[in-house]
Amino acid sequence: MSAPPVLSLNSVSRRFDSGVVALDCVDLQIGAGEFVVLLGPSGCGKSTLLRLIAGLDAPNSGTITWHDKPAPGEIGFVFQDPTLMPWADAQANVAMPLRLRGVADAQARARAALSLVGLDDFATARPATLSGGMRMRVSIARALAARPRVLLMDEPFAALDEFTRHRLQDDVLRITAELGCTTVFVTHSLYEGAYLADRIVLMRARPGQIAAEIPAPGPRPRDRFGDTYLPLLARLQAEVAANAVAT
Amino acid sequence: MRLAPLLSLGGSLAAWQAVVMLMHVPVYVLPGPVAIFAAYLADAAVLNRALLATLSVAAMALLCATVLGVALACLITASRLARAVLEPWTVVLQVTPIVAIAPLIIIWIGNPFTAMVVCATIVAFFPIYANTAEGLAATPQALRDVFALNGASAAQEIFYLRLPAAVPYFLTGLKISGGLALVGAVVAEFVTGAGGIASGLAFRILEAGYRLQIARMFAALVLLAMAGLVINAGFAGIARAAARRWGA
Repeated sequence: MSAPPVLSLNSVSRRFDSGVVALDCVDLQIGAGEFVVLLGPSGCGKSTLLRLIAGLDAPNSGTITWHDKPAPGEIGFVFQDPTLMPWADAQANVAMPLRLRGVADAQARARAALSLVGLDDFATARPATLSGGMRMRVSIARALAARPRVLLMDEPFAALDEFTRHRLQDDVLRITAELGCTTVFVTHSLYEGAYLADRIVLMRARPGQIAAEIPAPGPRPRDRFGDTYLPLLARLQAEVAANAVAT
Repeated sequence: MRLAPLLSLGGSLAAWQAVVMLMHVPVYVLPGPVAIFAAYLADAAVLNRALLATLSVAAMALLCATVLGVALACLITASRLARAVLEPWTVVLQVTPIVAIAPLIIIWIGNPFTAMVVCATIVAFFPIYANTAEGLAATPQALRDVFALNGASAAQEIFYLRLPAAVPYFLTGLKISGGLALVGAVVAEFVTGAGGIASGLAFRILEAGYRLQIARMFAALVLLAMAGLVINAGFAGIARAAARRWGA
């Protein structure tokens, strides 16, 4: 990580009331403009880590320090499901976070965000009439409408077909580069991690811990059959085996 | 398929009339549809006025039940203390048979119309309240998170998110309560009607029963049943339209 850190996590632990230790002494630094992928099997605490970063949950111990704390709306969050408001059209869904904060040109900015994800023609469409991929685009536009400094994405493409997933991965790379926002992307797919990341944080479950950090330098989007991506994928496989991540 | 309910209704009426005619069933035991319709025509003005009286009690009760039910549902969603205090009472109200407390309510509240509205409101209140409360609680966590991330106030969350999300639930409650308001109005009228206060259809049913005008009694019953069908179909249509809009 060469960029100055925007966020530092020190010995962060999160234990749920059920006694499950979701995260155990996690240390992590995230640099400005970095694209960090949190990669790991189900139950490794990667989603919990993302919610802690967003401030939607609090750690039982340890500290989360922002070096320039984002104001409300400066953190964009994309969930695993699009979870749109079904009674409102695409534009109203995207504009809602802006309206909540009383932003004056909410509708214009919502249209701009929809345009960014290629949905100019669907501003008045209701979620039920959109495909799964388009709903996810609306959900991404909602996270982007406020021009966030930090974009958090929680397995956003896990439920989509391969074709749609590839297109949206390219869209996310393009948009985060355009906006220059810091991105933390949670996934359980080695392929997705190797394709998207500046740096991959490999996690293991029970308790949730960081097993390894793998830098992934080089320009993106990567050629899916090229000589950056494939060796990176091989390296990830090796790290998964070496760190007993999949057991 | 669409005609099936009409055909079944028409067939049943024809069979009913045939049985009554062929078996010479006396009209004071079981009048046929023709006799019932004749009884209605003979007394249409009085019966229609009675129907209107019953419907106005039911409509007013439904309005009160809606306002109270939605307000209380919001209150128990917003405050755990309010939930703890109110929930036992709403259950007590739900399980108390209205016939048991209607005479008391009518004694306590002098005005018969108000008393009947109170009775019908008690009957109609619970489905609206319970369904709306469930809808308010069922808002997806991720949407609440979006609101939290953008610093939404509690009022913004209720009005922009939870209430719109609860609309299909509310309409399900409204459909059930619509029928119940009518039942509540009729029960209240029976109690007041037995006390000699002349109003709605229930009183006309009682009165016809006392005079052994069985065909007239049936005519009043049919009016009541038809009003119930119309109310139910109306609210079911609204609920279906909303469900489509809400993408359910």
